[in-house]
Parts: sequence; structure tokens; C-alpha cells
Amino acid sequence: MNFMPVILWSDALVFLLLAAGVFGAWYVRRREYLLLPWRRVGQSATAMVSLLVLSLFFVVGLLDTLHYRAALPEKNGGEKMYSPEVLSVFDKLVTPLRTQTEKTYSAPLAVTLYAKESTSDAQGRVLRDYPRLRYGGAHLVDATQRDENVLWRAIKGAIGGLVVGMLLLVAISSFRRRLVGWARSVPTRAGSKANGGHVTCQPYTLRALLITTLIIAALIGAIANLAPAYHVLGTDKVGQDVLYLSLKSIRTGLIIGTVTTLVTLPLALLLGIAAGYLRGWVDDVIQYIYTVLSSIPSVLLIAAAVLMMQVTIETHPQWFDTSASRADLRLVFLCLILGMTSWTGLCRLLRGETLKLREQEYIQAAQAFGVSSLRILTRHIVPNVMHIILISLVMDFSALVLAEAVLSYVGVGVDPSMISFGTMINAARLEMGREPMVWWALAAAFGFMLVLVLAANLFADAVRDAFDPRLNRTEGTA
Amino acid sequence: MGDILDVSNLVTQLRNGARIVDDISFSIATGETFALLGESGCGKSMTALSLLRLLPDGVVKVGGTAQLGGVNLFDLRERDMRDVRGGTAAMIFQEPSLSLNPVMTVGQQIVEVLALHQELRGTVAQQRGVELLDQVGIPDAARRVMEYPFQLSGGMKQRVMIAMALAGQPKLLIADEPTTALDVTIQAQVLQLLRDTQAASGMSLLLITHDLGVVAEMAHQVGVMYAGHIVEQASRAQLFAKPLHPYTQKLFAALPGAARRNQPLAAIPGSVPPLGSITQGCRFTPRCDRAWALCSEQTPEWTVLEEGRGVRCHLYGRTEERGLRTEDLAHSPQPTVHSPQSSVLSSKSSALLQVGNLQVHFPIRKGLLQRVTGQVKAVDGVSLEIPHGRTLALVGESGCGKTTLGKALLQLIPPTAGSVKLDGHELTGLAASELRIRRAGMQMVFQDPYASLNPKMRVAEILEEGMAALNIGGNSEARQARIDILLDQVGLERIVKWRYPHEFSGGQRQRIAIARTLAVSPRLLICDEPTSALDVSVQAQILNLLKSLQQELNLSYLFITHNLAVVEYLAHEVCVMYLGRIVERGTAEEVLRSPKHPYTQALLSAVPRIDGSGVERIKLEGDMPSPANPPQGCPFAPRCAHTMESCRASYPPATSHSATHIVHCFLYGRDLG
Repeated sequence: MNFMPVILWSDALVFLLLAAGVFGAWYVRRREYLLLPWRRVGQSATAMVSLLVLSLFFVVGLLDTLHYRAALPEKNGGEKMYSPEVLSVFDKLVTPLRTQTEKTYSAPLAVTLYAKESTSDAQGRVLRDYPRLRYGGAHLVDATQRDENVLWRAIKGAIGGLVVGMLLLVAISSFRRRLVGWARSVPTRAGSKANGGHVTCQPYTLRALLITTLIIAALIGAIANLAPAYHVLGTDKVGQDVLYLSLKSIRTGLIIGTVTTLVTLPLALLLGIAAGYLRGWVDDVIQYIYTVLSSIPSVLLIAAAVLMMQVTIETHPQWFDTSASRADLRLVFLCLILGMTSWTGLCRLLRGETLKLREQEYIQAAQAFGVSSLRILTRHIVPNVMHIILISLVMDFSALVLAEAVLSYVGVGVDPSMISFGTMINAARLEMGREPMVWWALAAAFGFMLVLVLAANLFADAVRDAFDPRLNRTEGTA
Repeated sequence: MGDILDVSNLVTQLRNGARIVDDISFSIATGETFALLGESGCGKSMTALSLLRLLPDGVVKVGGTAQLGGVNLFDLRERDMRDVRGGTAAMIFQEPSLSLNPVMTVGQQIVEVLALHQELRGTVAQQRGVELLDQVGIPDAARRVMEYPFQLSGGMKQRVMIAMALAGQPKLLIADEPTTALDVTIQAQVLQLLRDTQAASGMSLLLITHDLGVVAEMAHQVGVMYAGHIVEQASRAQLFAKPLHPYTQKLFAALPGAARRNQPLAAIPGSVPPLGSITQGCRFTPRCDRAWALCSEQTPEWTVLEEGRGVRCHLYGRTEERGLRTEDLAHSPQPTVHSPQSSVLSSKSSALLQVGNLQVHFPIRKGLLQRVTGQVKAVDGVSLEIPHGRTLALVGESGCGKTTLGKALLQLIPPTAGSVKLDGHELTGLAASELRIRRAGMQMVFQDPYASLNPKMRVAEILEEGMAALNIGGNSEARQARIDILLDQVGLERIVKWRYPHEFSGGQRQRIAIARTLAVSPRLLICDEPTSALDVSVQAQILNLLKSLQQELNLSYLFITHNLAVVEYLAHEVCVMYLGRIVERGTAEEVLRSPKHPYTQALLSAVPRIDGSGVERIKLEGDMPSPANPPQGCPFAPRCAHTMESCRASYPPATSHSATHIVHCFLYGRDLG
């Protein structure tokens, strides 16, 4: 084996979340009443298109989560030596992007650097010109052929992408047909009702999905064909490809958005329903805690906690065998700190809902049977607040991705060596100030974040609508 | 007399094509009241909303015409329609507390209507607003116009709604269940007000209701609606003398009452079909016991029988052929199952439940330090006894503490003082673990079957919960067997135990709720208005079920209700409650036939009777006082017609009229010495 798998702390948490997600989906599939709102989500074109976009981001993030250390060629007394650099599967897939670093800034699709440099030619004369890039457009003999070459490569890539996309769609539809046929042949259980046991996509939704898939396939194809020869989104100060940076930032954003919920959820759920159901002094204590917590400016609180953690990490270098694991621990702690400060909103929401639920007659019926409080909480209250949790988690996700960017900009975010939208934006502070302006790093971070957060928000909206009993009353009664 | 409103062939449907209102025609004469009668989900409200073109999203009118005072409503432009709404035709809704804007004073809301439709402004409008409030019988109207809706009681709010409706001087008033949310005594006041207003202004009234009693009091013409059709239309006298359509007949037969005490009610099986589910044939076929093949194949035509009377039923179509059948319909066969109730009655035994001087007080806290500044005396010294296998009805208006009493008996609310003994065991002050042992003896059936079942649990899980909590019923197989038996007992199929509550109708849900309580074999069921959220036909099913369960299992019931007809049908003994105290107690016969307490007398006389045999109405003024601030002495004194000096001084002691009949009133203390 010429590599050693590495599981960082954040990787472990992502795998945990993934397992929870898979278990949740399996649990929901077996319960008709839980499946019903998801069917409605499936019928919304916006939701499905944003889910498609989101899942692309997730795939990138997931590939970037599978870490390993490559074996070095030389051995140390028969024992294998591993590189101190931690790479991910994603890094391996896009190796040219990662390794083809230029000297410094270059504009998107450029063949020369962004600034003039003095070079001496064979005769010893000093020339001042834009030097050619080491990798970007290096195959071109004449720099003036660039436009034609770029166009040609883009078209070829897009057509390739379209073909792949279509093949994929054909494969999926034939698989689906077989699945539907299989579902029909198996007698449906008592739970599945008149509207058919299977997810039925409306033609409108299906068409939207089809079009989006093809557009995305063409886009990916074009970029994939261009990327080995050019820097599609330019390079940054140390010559790193901005496209690579943006793609790497996705994982950071996703981890902040999802792992933080691991911290918020138990706190908010436990304290919220305990306060709402038990009332009395429990309620008072919990209310005081979250009122105090939410009245401290959160950036201040986070900054204090992050600085403390930073000092601790720096005084104990022996804890970490690679720099990646150090940066990673800092990321995990950032999630923890963000989680500790952002559970109050959900907690308050859950307390209010529980206050309402505890007066419901089915709770009183359970009390009349002498059912214990813990059992009432788990059997009656938690299932009935689940929709609120789900909605607020999906809504919080985008806010957290943005929060990371803000914190890194302020300087209390992730480790400076970790690639994230925040660090990219932070670097852009100087780039925007120089003349001529370097705009592409900021634009790339902006664009990627916009698409990610927009997709998450649209999806969250669709989820909320699907779970809102007031919007779906007619369906419920009919 | 001309017709003010003429509706013909009105059709309203959902966007998916399901017809909510299907081919309805009727007309209302000037100054008359037309009542649309039917159960929930029959399309009554949608008919009214169609007329005012106020249909909710997703519902569209697709056909028919409506002439209001010679103007075709459906041809009007939207801006002209606005003059009709609130102007020519006004509407009042069911829930007065939701129909008034909470951040505007009552006066402002009335002036708004006046400015729109009468073009009155400033002091003139203010003046007129006060006049209107005065007209609807709001005392001290000049002060009330400045008040906000939350300062008014439910009955007052409905009066304000009526005043607002009258502000536009409408020719037609549409009243959608105007008294359903109100107590009996307040309902009597509001109905009287509507009648007086109609007599004074000569407007017509379209009254939408499910209550046959209200129809009997108010209507000139009646249209009976079922699943979007008007199935029968007649004048009140004709309808009440001889209902023709099987559905109407069943509605009458399903009414509980003293006359039907010892026989099961003629319940209509099933419930109103969902909208648009039946497209062929008569919609009542599945629930009709006179249906034959033709009924499910062909939709019956509207048959006019005599002047002003029509029916939509194959029994009356082609009278030549079916003439004979209509004859024998007149006396519909009553179920002749006579229960062995009387034998149960005679077997008297010691009391199952003994309640002594029970008090439930809620502290009122005020100020920074949450000091207790007063007490809401929700239940203030109640004593009662329920023997084995008997039903005690607890009657009273909303807010009198009935439900609090029920929950205090179950120890869901800790009583402040007094004792509750079940089978001789004291329940108050027990530790949670000791109380759990006694829990099985007493259970509660709640009012709202939609709120009393956890939507996320299957029927089997719901039924098993009590057994699991009280650790009875053996292992899980034994419990499943018990669940099957329970479902049989309450008349549900066994396979329903794998379904979720949302798949059931209101009546079926209430059956599940009853089965849940029976799972732990209780001796006493506290039924808190178990039928008030249900339609008449379904109510009959549940009452029959409760009655047969009592005979089978020798259960005792504490039946909390405001519906006196149900009391007459079901109860052996009656307690009348007013402001946390029991004012009169006795057997059902004694209390309902010869009520002694002025409050009981007023309550009984306020109930609308379908036979029209109007007992002389005792009009109660005002509303029940707040239990936080009860009047000195007898709490009923401020509303009582026989108030004396002593009433205001102290609470009257108990006076016995017979061994079982006890009254708390000074009127009788004197007489009996």
C-alpha cells in the first residue's frame, strides 16, 4: 500500500453526519406520514434543481474529505515513509490544478503574468514585458492564438459534457423504470395510499431537472477541458489556481455549515423542550442562560474563544503530526464555538412550540396514564417538533457558511493555511487596493458562495413550504 | 312579497374539479329567514362565500346566477361588488373573537363601515356608531365604542359584529353559524337580537347552521344540504311536521333527548363523504338504509312536491310508481332494541367516586417579585358522588370550571384543597408512584378528537401507551390481542391499528380515544364534551357507543357538557355548575323537569327546542362574572331575577327538596324553613 489513510477530526464528524443522514432517510422511507412532506419537496422544481446543485457541492466536499498521506519513494530502515503532506482524493483528481502554480498573479485564461517583469534575453539586453506563464497556455507557440484555442477547447469540452450528461440521464431513467416496475410488482403495504407508493415527479419538475442537468454537464465539460491548459479563474499572489482554491473552499464551508449543527442540535433540542415541558425553575434557568448568551455580541464571544484556542494550539505543537491536522482541529473548534453561540434561536423556538404542545389533549391523556416525563418528551414532543428542527437546520446552514466568511475576514476564523471562502475574501482586501486591480479571486469566492447559499436557501424555502401545515391543509383532509 | 335573493344552479368547485356546491337553487323573500341546514363539510359556508364572491384560493365558481335585489352578483365588476359586501349584503361569522380587529376600537371598526357605505364622517358617524351599539343591546354604548375587542365578552363581540353588519343597512344578512361559539344563554340573547332586528328593519336573513333547534326558532324556509346538494327544501312548519328526505329524517332521529332515553339513537352510519368523492348517483346512498340500485346509478332530480317544497330523492321522483313508498316513509321504523337499563338503575351500590369540598385555585401573580395578589377560584368547594355504573352529568356554561374540575379529579391539576376518593382510596396528595397505581381506575375522554391523538403515532401505539405506562396487559402479544378486542368494542376494524390518526374522521378518532381509555380497564370515565366537536349524526354514534359500553362494562361516567339534550338522553344524575360551585344537584328527572335554581331554569329555557314548544323564556342579562373577581354572596345574584338582600350577603346553604335533589338558593331556604 503506497498511501496511508488519514482521518482528521472533521472527517470523522462528516462521516458521522453522513451516517446520520442515511439512517434518517431510511427511517423516513418506512413511515408514510414522514414521507409525505418530502414527496411535496420532490414535486417542486426549484427544490429539485437546487438540490441538484447542492449535491454537486456535496460531492466535491465529500471527495475532499477522504484524506491520505502518500508513501515516499525512499525508505527508512525498511519502514515506509509517508509524506508529511496530507492530500485528499479530490486533490489527486485535480492534480494539474494543484501542482501547476505560477509565479504570481495572472488573469483568468491569461497566457502571461499580470505584471510586467524585467527579463534578459540571449544578447543580455534587459526587456520589460509580460512574461509568459509556466503552465497557462504554455502549449501555444503564439500567444495571439489564445482566443481561438480557448473557444475551441470550451466548445469541445461542452459537447463532451453534454454527451456524458445525456448518457447519465438515460442510465438513470432506465434504472428508475426498473425500480418503479419492481415497486409495482411488490404488493404495497397498508401505509401507501391512493397517490401511489412511489415518488411521482411532475413533468414540469422533470423538465427543469433535465435542463439543469444538461447545462451543468456542459459547463463542467467546458471547464474540465480548459483547466489543464489554462487557469480558468486566474491565479493568486503565490500563483495558485483560483479555481482550485474555490473548489477546496467548498469543504470548509460545508463543514462549518453542517458540523456546527451537530453541536447546536442536542443543546437546543434538549434545553428547549425541557424548558417548555417542565416549566418552573428549569424553565427559568434555561431562559436566563440563553437570554444572557444571546445578549453578548456573538462576534466578540467567538473572537475571545478562538484567540484562547489559538494560544493553546500554538503552545502545544507536539499534539499534531502534520500541519493539516492542526488546521483541522482549529476548524473543528471553530464549529464548536459557533455552535455554542448559535443554539439560542432554535432553543427559543422549540421552547415556544413545546409550550403549545404540552397543552394538547394527547399529552394530557398520556399524563392521565401516568406516563413518565422522559417518555412523553421522547414519544410525544420530539416527533412533533421535528419539522421545526429540520426547517431551522436547513435555514441555518447558509447563515453559517456566511458566518465563516465574515469571521475569517475579521481574522478569527479558520487557520490561515486552510483554504476557505473567508481567507480568499480576506486576501482580496489587499488585491482590490492595488493598481491594476486583481478582481478574480474575490469574484470567484463571491460566485461560488452565491450559488451555494442561494441553492441552500431555495431548498430551505421549499422544505419549509412542504412542512407548513397551513399551506397543505387541503391535501391533508382530502 | 318579492324575493330579495334568487340563486339558481350555483356550482362551485375546487380547481381539481371536485364540486363543493353542486347545482344549488333557492330564493329568499324580503324580511324572511332562510336556513341552510347541514353537517360540516356539506358546502353551506361555501355557498355563502360564493354569493359574496369571497371564495378562498383554489375554489372557483363555475356556473349559476345570483340575483340580489335585481342585480346579478356575478356580472358585477369587482369595485361594484365592494359596495354590495357590507352594503346590500352583510355577513357575520362564526367566531366573533377572530372577526374583529384586535388593535382597533369597536367604534373605529363600525365607523369604518359607516364611512364606506353611508358616507358618514366625523361626529355624525360616531353618533351613529353609538346608536348602532345601543340597538344591538350593548349596555353603556357611549363608553363601549371606545373599547377594544379584548375588553368585551364573546356575546358582546358577536353583538358588535351584528352592529357592524347593520351599519351598512343591508337588505340581506348572511349569518354563518352565528351562535355556535357561544353559550346557550348567550345564544338565546343573540338569536333574539337577530329576530328583533329583522322585525325592525325588514331585512332578509340567510342563516347557516347545523343546529336543528336554532332552525326551529329562526327559520321561515329551510334548505337541507348534504355533500353539496340541497336535498330538501320546505317551510319550517312542513319540514318539522314531516321530513321527507331520508337524510333529514335521520337527522331528526339522531337527536338525543329525554324521549329516547332507553333506546339507542338512530345514528347514521359513516360520515359525510369527502368532497367530490361521489360523482355518480345520490350522495347519501352509502349511508341511506332505503337506497336501492337506482340510487347509486343515477343522481336523483329535484322533485317539487307541493307549493314551496322540494326534495332530491328517488323515493319521491315519479310519484305514480313510488307513491306507496312515500306513505310508509312517514313513520320511519324506530330501533326497537330496549335496553335492560332499568335493571341497572335499581341496583344501587356504594359510591365509586367521592369528591368532598374540592377546590382548585390559581394564584394571580403581579409585580416584579411575583407576589400573589389574588386567586382565580376555578373550582370552589365542589362535592359530588358517582355510584358504580351510573352517569353523572356536569352542566354549565363555558368558564364555569367544569373542565378544571375534571382535570383536578384526575390529578392533572393539583387541587388546592378537598378530597377525591376513588373506590375508597384518597387520590389527593399522593406521590407520583403511588398515584400511578390508581391511575387505571379513572380515565378521560377529551373534547377535540383532532387534538387528543398524537399525529405521529399509529393506533396500536396509541392504545398500547396506557398499558405500557401502567404496566398491565402482560407481554406484547397479550397487549396486541387486547388491542384487537378494544377495537372490536368501539366498533372499528382490527386492521386499522396500523394506521395513523390523520386517516380517520372525527367520529372514528373519538372511538380510538375511547378505546385508548378502555385499554387500562377504568371504572370511571370522565368525558369532557366528547361530542361537541362532532356532527349530529356522528354524535349519535358516539352516544350509542358510550351507552352500550356502560351496560357491558358497568362503567361510571362523569359527563361534562353544555348540551342539555345529551344530558337528558344519557345522564342519571345532573349537577349544574355556576362559577366554580354546584348550584343544583339531583336526578336527571328532577333537575330537568322541575328545575329549582333560577340559573337552571334560565339555562333550560334558553335551549332551542325543535318541537317549538317554547317554554316561557327566562332572559338572562349579561355574562358570567370573572372567577378572579366573583361577586359577594351568591355568584349568580347579579344576573338573577329574584335577587334578595341576603343573596348579596352570603352564599346560600344547601336546601334539600328530596333525598337526591339539592339546591343552593335562598328562595327555597325560606320556604322550607
